[in-house]
Amino acid sequence: MARTAVPGRLTWRVATLTKVADETPTARTLTFDVPGWPGHLPGQHVDVRLTAEDGYSTQRSYSIAEPADGEHVVLTIQEVADGEVSPYLTRALPVGGQVELRGPVGGWFVWRDAEPAPVLLVAGGSGIVPLAAMLRARAAAGSRVPLRLLYSVRSPAERFYADELRGAATGGVDITYFYTREAPPDDPRGAKRIGLADLNTHAWPADFEPSCFVCGPTGFVETVADTLIALGHDPRRVRTERFGPSG
Amino acid sequence: MTYVDGNVLAGPLAEVFGVDFTAVTGTCASCGFAAALATLRVYSTAPGFVARCPSCEEVVLRLVRTPTEAWVDLRGARSLRVPLT
Repeated sequence: MARTAVPGRLTWRVATLTKVADETPTARTLTFDVPGWPGHLPGQHVDVRLTAEDGYSTQRSYSIAEPADGEHVVLTIQEVADGEVSPYLTRALPVGGQVELRGPVGGWFVWRDAEPAPVLLVAGGSGIVPLAAMLRARAAAGSRVPLRLLYSVRSPAERFYADELRGAATGGVDITYFYTREAPPDDPRGAKRIGLADLNTHAWPADFEPSCFVCGPTGFVETVADTLIALGHDPRRVRTERFGPSG
Repeated sequence: MTYVDGNVLAGPLAEVFGVDFTAVTGTCASCGFAAALATLRVYSTAPGFVARCPSCEEVVLRLVRTPTEAWVDLRGARSLRVPLT
């Protein structure tokens, strides 16, 4: 429960950027060092605040990409072209630079490695980030729960964590890609939005009573969650996280 | 108008109450629908947050922050069921 990870009132901490890695031409993974970080659960997020010299301040929420590891907080940030915060974080902030960060926050869209139910993760675009934290936490905990990741993405070049996910698809983990704009030539499915047939074929059957986590843009999440419920999944086991266009 | 979900309220509500509120079950005063506050539809382009019921779309919660205070309007919530374990 996040209660134990957030003692007292939530406060801003200073975070120092220690490492940057490219995921795609417009998305980067940033590792921050946050002294006093209390740890977090996979699926939780942080608020990041930037303050200009004139005192103007603005904040955004970002999902944490990796399970708890000391005072490290890892975020993968998709740059929104005309955004106010994301271009600064992905392009301008140098290693050694500092931002303010608070968290972890969110106690509902989380997966706990003690849960025995099979896990279904459905990602749309950069919605992969909190789901990757769950996948990584499963591996880190040595958990054997069966896990399926359905990852909808515009094109192969836009995949996050491509090499890692290739290696992760063993020992109870299945990963399926659904391309929406441009598919590899050998993909018989072609490029189209994820739909009923995809979820019916690749998601766990409702009879398995999996814990479902769906994250992506609002329209994607609505479609997938409604389809899963239509396929018989209990709405109480379908957890969703939508993100809007603010960048 | 586009919306996100109640997960975005996690930080602002934890700032006010010191505990996570996204896993709290809220019952809509208008239609009686009960679900985690994380499932509310949140419109954040207003000067603050307006959170609506995913079932009937009535306002359940509003949160506005000034530099020194936070205003929480919960008149649209009949009850809040808070997990204690």
